Order: sequence, then structure tokens, then C-alpha cells
Amino acid sequence: MTSTAPLETSESVVDTSRVFTARGITKVYEMGEVRVEALRGVDFDLAPGELVVLLGPSGSGKSTLLNILGGLDVPTAGEVIYAGQNLTTADEAVLTTYRRRHIGFVFQFYNLIPSLTARENVALVTELVDRPMPPEDALALVGLGQRLDHFPAQLSGGEQQRVAIARAIAKQPAVLLCDEPTGALDITTGVVVLEALERVNRELGTATVIITHNAAIAGMADRVVRLADGRVAGVETPSGKVGARELQW
Amino acid sequence: MVAMPARLRMLDRKLLRDLWAMRAQAVAIAAVMAAGVTMFVAYFSNFDSLQRARAAYYDEARFADVFATLKRAPSRIEARLAAVPGVHAVDTRVVADVTLDVPGMSDPAAGHLISMPERERPRLNDIYLRRGRWLDAARPDEVLASELFCESHGLNPGDRLGAIINGRRRELTIVGIVLSPEYVYAIAPGELFPDAKRYGVFWMNRRSLASAFDMEGGFNDVSLELASGTSSPDVIATVDRLLEPYGGGGAVPRSLQISAWTLDNELTQLQTFGLLVPAIFLGVAAFVLHIALTRALALQRSQIAALKALGYSNAAIAWHYVKWALIIAGVAAVSGVAIGAWVGSIFIGIYNAFFRFPTLAYHLSLGLVLLSIAGTLVVAALGAQSAVRRAVRVPPAEAMRPEPPARYRRSIVESRWRPLRLSFATRMIVRTLERQPMKAFASTIGIAFAVAVLFVGLAFMDVMNVLIEEQFNRTMRQDATLTFAEPRSGRALHDVAHLPGVLEVEPMRTVPARIRAGTRSRTLAITGLTAMPRLMRVIDRTHGPVAMPPDGLVLSQMLGQVLGVAEGDTLRVEVLEGRRPVHDVPVAAMVDDALGLQAYMRLEALHRLLREGDTVSGTALTMDFAERDRFYAAVKAMPAIAGVAMRDTALQNFRDTMAEHMNLSIFINVIFAAIIAFGVVYNSARVSLSERSRELASLRVLGFTRAEISLILLGEIAILTILALPLGVAIGYQMGRLIMAQFTNEVYRLSFVVKPATIAWAWLTVIAATIVSSLLVRRRLDRLDLVAVLKTPE
Repeated sequence: MTSTAPLETSESVVDTSRVFTARGITKVYEMGEVRVEALRGVDFDLAPGELVVLLGPSGSGKSTLLNILGGLDVPTAGEVIYAGQNLTTADEAVLTTYRRRHIGFVFQFYNLIPSLTARENVALVTELVDRPMPPEDALALVGLGQRLDHFPAQLSGGEQQRVAIARAIAKQPAVLLCDEPTGALDITTGVVVLEALERVNRELGTATVIITHNAAIAGMADRVVRLADGRVAGVETPSGKVGARELQW
Repeated sequence: MVAMPARLRMLDRKLLRDLWAMRAQAVAIAAVMAAGVTMFVAYFSNFDSLQRARAAYYDEARFADVFATLKRAPSRIEARLAAVPGVHAVDTRVVADVTLDVPGMSDPAAGHLISMPERERPRLNDIYLRRGRWLDAARPDEVLASELFCESHGLNPGDRLGAIINGRRRELTIVGIVLSPEYVYAIAPGELFPDAKRYGVFWMNRRSLASAFDMEGGFNDVSLELASGTSSPDVIATVDRLLEPYGGGGAVPRSLQISAWTLDNELTQLQTFGLLVPAIFLGVAAFVLHIALTRALALQRSQIAALKALGYSNAAIAWHYVKWALIIAGVAAVSGVAIGAWVGSIFIGIYNAFFRFPTLAYHLSLGLVLLSIAGTLVVAALGAQSAVRRAVRVPPAEAMRPEPPARYRRSIVESRWRPLRLSFATRMIVRTLERQPMKAFASTIGIAFAVAVLFVGLAFMDVMNVLIEEQFNRTMRQDATLTFAEPRSGRALHDVAHLPGVLEVEPMRTVPARIRAGTRSRTLAITGLTAMPRLMRVIDRTHGPVAMPPDGLVLSQMLGQVLGVAEGDTLRVEVLEGRRPVHDVPVAAMVDDALGLQAYMRLEALHRLLREGDTVSGTALTMDFAERDRFYAAVKAMPAIAGVAMRDTALQNFRDTMAEHMNLSIFINVIFAAIIAFGVVYNSARVSLSERSRELASLRVLGFTRAEISLILLGEIAILTILALPLGVAIGYQMGRLIMAQFTNEVYRLSFVVKPATIAWAWLTVIAATIVSSLLVRRRLDRLDLVAVLKTPE
């Protein structure tokens, strides 16, 4: 399941050098009397095993892009191709299958189920797929092997976020999408969380997209995409990729 | 926290823990549903049990299909009756009404004697020997006695009682205690309520009964069993023609036989009640469940989004939340069935007090249990489905974002009355209510339903009191009603007036008649009264006392309905006594009365109809109760008097039997209504608390006191409750009228009259429930963990 298995059973010609190919993504929200253009024609690619940091101030459209890539939202215009499948024309059932089999999500506010323990929050996901990682292994990978039976309320913010990461990777997704994973955390805790993400990317080869408004995190990326005002403002490949532990902010 | 079995899917664990976390609310909702199920099971299992007992008994005892009484016919007529097409079996009897002198009771009782064939059991209407032995053909003074009568006097086989038989006092010996399908419900003719103490049925050897009443070689009562598929009206017409020369009193089908008819009415009432009341309760429960779930789901918004992001399908998530409702409903259904079975078995015990079957076992069928459970689950699923559908339909990306701040604006109250300068807390309350009027409306409706069910439950007490007031204070103003054995000259009134203690007398003339309107007919007694009776009055429920018109009949509105006639129509009256004249008589007036099917005429008009002089068959009288015992003694010694009915004993009987039964169901209604009221109010308060906890915690952090934030939350609940109070009475009034309309039958017409005190009680109960709920919620509010509430994102 780590590779880009086709969404549907039908075989199609797949560009194996790309996980995602997104072209001309536009998203407009109508919020009552206000019309918000969140994305204005964004192109984005993701290669297998790549770790990309999407950088931009709040309101730049990062989360919207991530939600569209993850099949949580559909663009107003443009298309997203995943493993030869056009997500923009897919219906709710196809998007659900897509999220279930291929995507791991990590949210800024963790979004754990408060009534389930760490282990159970992970098991919530492993029950959905065919060949999951055992929840205990996933939690060990993020350094929480000792906190299996704690409820979210009994865990610190950093620990909760690592449970969320374990939950995202336990189904062995092809892509890990992280929305401000350290946004609610202090430096020390944030670094531990980023280390966990880095380790997953390295050891499992999961293509990872991290969105952040914190430029310091860009140092750990294979590639950095800057978003501003709903447009791609620049793409750069950092010369010296550093480990999460060496990041400074 | 709940301990979890090892192999339980994660969503199901979440389900159980979420339910555990909101257990108080879940219990409140379950209690409302359980109340509905309890009523359904209790009423319907009784219906079922009575119906089974009845079917088995009628069948086993060969309960006849047609009944007729007559003056006297020679035995040979029996063969002619048997030859009537469609008649399968005939049984003739000798019957007689006598006055009884029961040891230890000063007032006289009425006895109905029925002949028993010697050396064999009756062909039809077989009796069931509960205790003692059958009659000895050689001993003429032995009788078998009805069980209820013996029970009420503590009589046992071997005991004796006196009877005035054809003017002579005889001592009868009870040798057996029996039951009869004809007297499952034993009521003296002309009485409105059964009086087990003053009405007994006895079976006696035919020879000795016939000789006492000069009936040897003849009979005065006949029962027929019809071949299946026979039309009873045809047979009745033929039988009436055959018996006419012998003083036939008009044959009646089984459906109009007094015991069978009362039982039918009771069963129909149980059935409508068993459907209507639970339907209302369950409807309210579904509504409460809907509100509770809608609000609970709003709080789970981000969890729903996370589940979607993780790849759970809409269907899986929807099913997860529908299961919330189903578990609550399942618990409610199971406990409702259990409590319903318990309440039902108590009800059956009460039925046993005035319906007598050889066996009246409480029976709860598996079908009813399954139907109750399935019904509850369906209602719960219906209540849940729209709430769940709406919650699940929210696009995941939208649900991930915290809800945008609600758009508030200055409230209408503020802009209208600008100089009002509302306090800060009041402004918050008013704006919240105005921002989400539908939500406020839903809560108000929920609480209003609580008021309504309580109001209806309590109103039934008023309804019973109004019935008692109408019957025993407005209609019957006499202290006693005397009935003569035979119609007598009006001079008999003077004799009665001279009885000890009698103050005032009023003549009455009742005559059995069959009233026909086209193909419809009823056999009943026409009562002749003075132009404006002072004692035995005719009372219209809206217009009060009714004067007897110089000509024509005054009918109960219900009788008019049964016969399909209105004021001004003409009825054919076939008198079933004396010269048996047949006349067309106009309906002069209809009265909307409360009990039974009545037909009245002005005394003089009835005399003209009967072509008789001043004749009376009974008298209403008032008396000096100090002379009571002397009065009774005198009455017992007068063979001309067949019976005396005392108003106070009738009232006592009514209170003892009917009212006891009604009061129990009213009491249970009220208890359950109170449960509903509390469940609804508590739920509304809890839901408001969970919705507002973040906001309220923020205010606390800003320096507001507990009292101030309580005011904001509880003030909202108070306003909703105040709005709900009048609305609830309006809804309750409609419900009550609906129930009353279903309740109207040939036996009772109840008026939905509610006293202001009842409204006050319903209101006070709901206000009390609101205060208790508020205090419980207030306690939670005081324990609000400020840090935890504010740290977690919405």
C-alpha cells in the first residue's frame, strides 16, 4: 500500500514519477455576503517519497490546497490527478475510498476522538484498511510506545499530535498531509513531532506535505513551495537539508 | 469509564463511551420513551388478556348468540324456536327477580334467579363451578350463587340468605359458588354501575323455581345458539314474531347483551387508549431525541470531520450516530416492556374485581413484546435520522474549520425599546434566542409537550369529577329510587310517601320498548318523567336541565347517533309490555348526556302511548337519613317493591370500582407525564450547557461571577419555559379533546372540562422540573474546568 496503487480496479497508464499532479487549482468560497478567493490557479506536483513544505502566511490558501489534495474539498476550477485518477470529477464515495486507502491526515488541533485511548484512536484507522501497521508499532514509531492506553485528555499537546501522526501512518498511506502540525505546540514539543514525521518519511518512504507559516521548518524539506494570496509565489530546493533536531525558531 | 470487551470495533467503543459521558441525558430520553412503551404494553397486554379470556370462556361455556325474555310461553314453543332457520340450539329457562335479605346488611339487595335443568348442565350459557357442589334435585331451596356477590358478603357454600319469592320469604342455602358467561360483568337492570353487594345472580332447580312463580310447563327466558354464518337480525325478527303472543320482550343479539356489551366497550376503550396515549408519548420522545441528537451532533462536528478525513464513509458515520438513538431506544424498549408487564398485571387484578372469568390470567404475548421493541426502534430511528443526515452532510473541509462566529445583531427588543437599556446578561439571552429562533422554538415545543402530557394526565381527574358531579349531583338529586315489581296505580306514590323517613316523592314510569329507525333498532327502557323533574333530572352537558316536552321522545344524543336520527325525525316505538302498542313517535329533543343510552317522555305522553291511566313503575324520593334503617325494614317487607337503589351507595360503587380503575391509570399517566416533563426540561438545559460552555468559561475568565454566568444560561431556560407554559396548555387541550373523542362510547360521554387548578398543577410541576434541572446544570456550571474548556479548540 505504500506505492501508488490505483484508486479503482481499472488499470490505467500511471505516471509513476508523480504522486500528485495539480493544475490550475482555483477555489472560491461564498460565505454569506463575503466572496473569498482562497486559491487562484495553483500548480503543484509531488514525487514519491518526497517531503515538501508548503510555506505561507495565514490566509494564503495552504489549508485549502491541502484539503483539495486530500479529497476533503473539491476545487472550483482546475484538476488534481492522483495515480492517473482525476479527483476533481470524483464523487463522494470515490473520495472516501481515496482518503481511506491512500491518504494520511495530521491536523493542527490533532482531532483525536476524545472518548478513545491513544491505541484505540490508531485502531480506528487500522480497522479500515487491509494491511495496516499494528497500532502499537505505529505509536512506537512516534515514541509513544509507553502511552498506549491514555486518553487524549491525559496526553500533552505534543503527545496528542504524535498520536495523530501514528493514526495517519498506521494505514501505510502513500501520502501524509500535515496541516500546521506544530502550530499549536512550543519549540521543544514541535521538534519532537517533526522528528516523528521525518522518521516516517525516511523509514517508510511516505510522500509528505507539511504546511506551515513557520519558515524555519523549511530547512527539513526536499522542496519548499511558497504560497501567497492564493498563488504560488516561489519553489525552491534547499541546498543543505537538515534534520528536524537542528531546526531553529 | 466503561470497561470494554476486547473485540469491539473502535467506533462502537466511541459510541459506548460517548453515551456513558452523556448518560444523564440518555437516561432522561430513555425514560420518556420507556413511559410510552410501558403504557402501550400495559394497555395492550390487558386488551389481549381480556380478549383471550373472553374468547376461551364464551366458547367453552357455549355463550348464546341471541337472548330473549317474555311473560310466559308453553314449553312446546321451544320446538318451534328450534325450527327457526339458522338456529342451532335452544335453551329455555325460568328467571325471576327477587328482593334479598342478606345477613348483616340492612338495605335490601336484588337477586336474579335462573333455573337450572335437573340432572344435567344447561345446554347454553353453561356455568362454571368455582367452589362447593352442584344442586341436589331433591332439595328445592338450594342455590348456586355468583362469585362476586358471595365474595362481597363473605358468603360460602353452606351459608343461607333470605329471599322474598312471589311474596313469600324463603330461606335459600348456597351450595356452590359459580360463574356465568352472561354475568362476566354483573349489573342490575337499569343501574349504571355494578354493585356486587346489592346484585346477585342465583341458579335454582327448575322445578322449584317454576312452581314458585307458576311457570310449570312453561318458560320466560330463552337463549339461542346460531349456526355459523347466520344473520342474527333475521333470526331475531322471526323469534320476536314467534314470542309476541307470549309477551316477548324483544330478542337481543349477543353484542347487546349487557355483560357482553360492557365488555366490548371496555375492550374497545383499552385498544384506543393503548394506541393513543403511547403514540403521544412516543411522538414526544422522538421529538426530544431529535433535538438532543441534533445538538449533540453539533458538538461532534470536528470529530465527524476527522472521521471523514480518515476515510470513514458518510454511511458508516451516519450509522454510528443512528446507533446512539437505537441504543437509547433499545434500553427504553426493554425497560418499558418490563415495567409495562408489571403495570399490566396490576391492571388485570383490577379488572378481576368487576369482570369475572373462570381464569383471567395475565398474558403478555411475544408478538406484543417484539412489536413494542420494533416500534420504539423505528420511532427512535425516525427521530434521529434527519439530525444525523444534516450533520453528516457537512463537507469535511468545512467541518475541519472552527465554526465561524455566529452572526449576532441587536435584538428586536433592543431596537424597539431603546430606552430600555437591557443589562448585559439580558442582552446576551435575548440575542441568542433571536439569532436562532428555530432552535429556541424547538426547545419551547419540547417543554410545551411536557406541559401538555402532564396537563392531559391531570385533566382526567377533573373529567372523572365532572362525571360524578353531573351524574350524582345534577342528574340524580333523589336519595333513593324505588322500583315496583309490577306497574301500579299512581296512588302507590302515597303509600311510598308514608314510608318512614320519606320526604318527597316523584313518579317514574319505565317501560321496555324497541325503538326502530329504518333498519336500526335498540331495545331499551323508555322513562316517563314529570314535565320538569325536580329529583330524577335530565341534564344536557352544555344546556343544563331539560324539560320534558308535552309530546315526543327525548333521546340521548348518542342514542340518536346509534339510530341515525335527529330532532324532528319519527321513530317507531314497539312497547314490549301489556297490550304492546306500536306507535310512530317524533323525536322532540336530543340531550347531550353523559351516561348510557336514554329515552325519556313526559309522563302523560307515555300514558297516552300505553293507553293507560295514571300508572307508575317506580319513584324517586328524598329521605331523612336518620330513619334509614326503619325505611329499609319497611321496604324489605313490601313485596310490591322489587328494588331500591340508593344514590350514596351508587356513588360509593362508582368510586370503588370504576373510579378505582380509572384513578390507577390516571395516576400512572401523571407519573409518566412527570417523567416526560423532567426528561424534556433536563435535556434542554443540558444541551444549552454543552453548547455554551466555552462561551461561559470565557466570561468566567474575564471575571464574571458564577452567579452572573448562571443567569445567562438559566435565564435562557427560564424564558423558554415561560413561553412553553401557555403553549403546552393549548397543545394539551387539543390532545385531551382528541382522546375524549376516542373515549366517547355508548357507556360514557366524558366532558373535557379542566379546572384552573389543574393548569396550575401542570405548570408548577414543569416549573419544578425546570428548577431541579437548572440546579443540576448549575452544579455542572460551577464545576466548569475553565482551563480545559479554553485550551481545547472548538
